[in-house]
Amino acid sequence: MSYSDFLVIHGPRLLGGTWITVQQTVLAAVLAVLIALLFGLLKISPLRPVRALASVYIEVFRGTSLLVQLYWIFFVLPLFGITIDKFTAGFVAVGLNLGAYGAEVVRGAIQSVPRGQWEAALALNLSPARRMWRIILPQALVNMLPAWGNLMIEVLKGTALVAMISVADLMFEARQINGSTYLSAQVFGTALVIYYLLGRLGVTPLMRWLEKTVARRMGRV
Amino acid sequence: MTQDLTGYPLALTGPDRPMVRFAGVSKSYGDLQVLDRLDLEVAEGEMVTIIGPSGSGKTTVLRMLMTLETIDEGVIYVDGNPLTHMPRGDVLVRADRHHLRRERANIGMCFQHFNLFPHMTALENCTEGPIHVLGLTKAEARDRAEELLEMVGMIDKRDEFPARLSGGQKQRVAIARALAMRPKVMLFDEVTSALDPEVTGEVTEVIRKLVAQHNLTMLMVTHQMGFARDISDRICFFHNGRIEEQGPPQDLFGNPQSERTQQFLSAVNEAI
Amino acid sequence: MEWKWDFTLQILPRLIEATGATLMAAAFGYLIAMVLGLGLALAQRTPYGALTRVVREGVEFIRSTPLILQIFFVFYVAPQFGVTLSPWVAGMLAIGLHYAAYLSEVYRGGLESVDRGQWEAATSLNLGTAHAYRRIILPQALPNAIPGMGNYLVGILKDTPMLSVIGVGELMHTANAIGAETYRFLEPFTLVGLIFLTISLPLAELVRRAETRLRRKLGLVK
Ligand SMILES: Nc1ncnc2c1ncn2[C@@H]1O[C@H](COP(=O)(O)OP(=O)(O)OP(=O)(O)O)[C@@H](O)[C@H]1O
Ligand SMILES: [Mg+2]
Repeated sequence: MSYSDFLVIHGPRLLGGTWITVQQTVLAAVLAVLIALLFGLLKISPLRPVRALASVYIEVFRGTSLLVQLYWIFFVLPLFGITIDKFTAGFVAVGLNLGAYGAEVVRGAIQSVPRGQWEAALALNLSPARRMWRIILPQALVNMLPAWGNLMIEVLKGTALVAMISVADLMFEARQINGSTYLSAQVFGTALVIYYLLGRLGVTPLMRWLEKTVARRMGRV
Repeated sequence: MTQDLTGYPLALTGPDRPMVRFAGVSKSYGDLQVLDRLDLEVAEGEMVTIIGPSGSGKTTVLRMLMTLETIDEGVIYVDGNPLTHMPRGDVLVRADRHHLRRERANIGMCFQHFNLFPHMTALENCTEGPIHVLGLTKAEARDRAEELLEMVGMIDKRDEFPARLSGGQKQRVAIARALAMRPKVMLFDEVTSALDPEVTGEVTEVIRKLVAQHNLTMLMVTHQMGFARDISDRICFFHNGRIEEQGPPQDLFGNPQSERTQQFLSAVNEAI
Repeated sequence: MEWKWDFTLQILPRLIEATGATLMAAAFGYLIAMVLGLGLALAQRTPYGALTRVVREGVEFIRSTPLILQIFFVFYVAPQFGVTLSPWVAGMLAIGLHYAAYLSEVYRGGLESVDRGQWEAATSLNLGTAHAYRRIILPQALPNAIPGMGNYLVGILKDTPMLSVIGVGELMHTANAIGAETYRFLEPFTLVGLIFLTISLPLAELVRRAETRLRRKLGLVK
C-alpha cells in the first residue's frame, strides 16, 4: 500500500485522534496554569503549614511518574467512590502533574521580582492581595513565560499517555491502526510528525506570541 | 577567496632573515578593515613593542601570529617558514591543520586575562603542554615547570589553583606556562592591563628578567609607556591598522616625526 | 475500599524485585543517553553547517514528540526492517535516544559557558582539538552541566513506567500484572508511587550535593 493510500484510508481516524489530543492539551494546560498559580503562591506564603502543604503537593507530583498518577486517578479513585470518566481523568492527571512543575516556575518568577518593587508596593499601602495581583504577578509573568513555553510542550507530550486509559486521542488511534494493519512505520511515523507539527506550528508560536504581547503590554520592548 | 601569492617566497633564507615577518598582511571584519597591508619584521632576540590607540589593530597582530585569527591577504613567516601558508609544489597555499600545529610550536602567548586552566594547579598548568604536546616525561616536565615557576617567583604556590591566586600571580604563572613550551617568539598582549596598579611591577619585573637573560624574540602590546621605553629595542606606533611610525624608543618617544604620534603621546602623557 | 496490610506485605517482595528492573532500565537508558547526547552536542560544534542543522532539527523533533510514541515506534518499526528487538533493547534505545536529545542541550549549554579564552590558551600551547576538549574544555563544562544532567537522571527514572507498554517488566508492569491477577489496584499503584518517591527525592538531593562536591574538587570555588 502506498503512503497516500494509507493516508486516504486511515487519515480521518488519525485526524479524529488529533482533535481529541488538542482538546486534552488545552484543558490540561488550563488546569496546569491554575494549579501552578495556586501552589506557586502557597509555596511563598508566610504561614509555614501552608508552605509545607504546597511542598508536599509539588514533591509528590514531581517525584512520581505521570503514568502512575494517571493510573491512580483512573483505577484507584473509583474505589473510594470518586468515579471520573476517562476523558476527564486524562486531562486532570496531566494538568495536576505539569501544574506541580509550573508551581516551581511561578514561585521562582515571583521571587525574582526585585525587592524594590515589593517595597514600593508596600509603600503605596496597597493590600497584600492587590500588591501581588497588580504589581508583582504581572512582572513575574514576563519572567516566567519562556519557561511556560517548554512546559506547554510537555503538556502536549504528556497527553499521549491518556491513550493508556483508552481516551481515543492521536496516540490511541495510532495504536489501534497499528494493531489492525501492522503498518507500524507509516502510522507511528505519521503520528510523530503530527505531534511535532502541533508543537512547532501550534504551541510554540502561540507561546512566543504571548511572550511578545505580554512584554509589550508591560512596556518591556 | 583565493589571492595571488606568486610574489611571496616559499621560505626565507640567509643569515639575517627575520624571526617574524608580516608580508602585506590585511584583515577585515565585515566592512571594518582592521589591518591594511601590514609589513613588519622582528629580528631574532629583538623586543618590539606595539603602541597605539584603542581599536588600531594591536591585539589583532598578536592573535594572527598565534593563529587565533585567520588573515585575508599576505603571508606571515616565522623562523623562515611560512606560518599562515605552506608550500605545495612551488606555490604557497593556505596552511592546513597539521602545518599550523607544527609551526605554531614556535610561538607562545600571554593574554590580558591570563586564561589559566582553572581546574589545574599552577604546576599542572605548566606541565600540561610539555607532557602531552612535547612528549616530555612527567618528571622532566615537572623539573622544567618548577624551574620556570622559580624564575617567576611562584614556586611556593605551585600547588594552588588559579582561583586562589592574585591577578599578578596568575599572570606570572601564565608566563611560566608559555615559556615551558620553549617558544622562539613570545607574545604579550597587555599583560598588566587587568591588574591592580600596585602589582603590575611584579609582572613587568619578570619580563625585564626575560629580556636580560634570554635570547627570546618578543612582541608586546602595552599601554605602559615608561616600561615600553625601558625595555624595547623598537617601538611601533599603530594607527588605523597601519604602522604610522616606528623606531628606537628614544627616537619615537623623544622626537616623534608624525603628527599623529605626537598627538597620541601627548594625550597619554596628559592622562598620567 | 480499605487498605489491606497483609496483601501489601504479600506483594511487596515482587514490587521490590521489579524496582531493581526499574533502576536498571534508568541506569542503562541514562548511560546510552550520556554517550549519545555528547555525540549530538559535539556534532553541532563541527565546522560543517549542514551537519549542525540536521542534528539540531533532529534534536528538536525528538524533544517535542512524546516518549511513549517513540517507544512504540522503535519497538514496532524495527521488525519491519528485519530487526526484531526485545522489549528491553527497544525500550533502552528509545528512552536513551529521547534523553540523549535533552542531554545534548545540557552539554551544549555547558560547553558554551566555557570562556573562549580557554580555547585560545589551549591553542597557544598547541594542544590539539581532541586533547583540548578532553583535558581543558569538558572538565570545565561538566560542572555546569551537572544540575541539568541530574534533573534528567531523575526524569529518566520517572519515565521508565512508560516502558511497561511494550512489556518491559519494571515496576509499573508488575503493578499492572498484580492488579490483573487480584483485581486489587489500590495497594500496587499506591506502592509504586511511594517507591518512586523514596527513590527520586533522595536522588534529587544527591544530585545537588554531587554538584557542590565536583565544583570544589575542580577548584572552581574558593
Ligand atoms: N572578532 C571580531 N569581530 C569584529 N570586529 C573585531 C573582532 N575583533 C576585533 N575587532 C575590531 O577590530 C578592531 C581592532 O581590534 P584590536 O583588538 O586589534 O584593537 P587593539 O588595538 O588591540 O585595541 P585595544 O587597545 O582596545 O585593545 C577594533 O575596532 C575591534 O572592534
Ligand atoms: Mg587589544
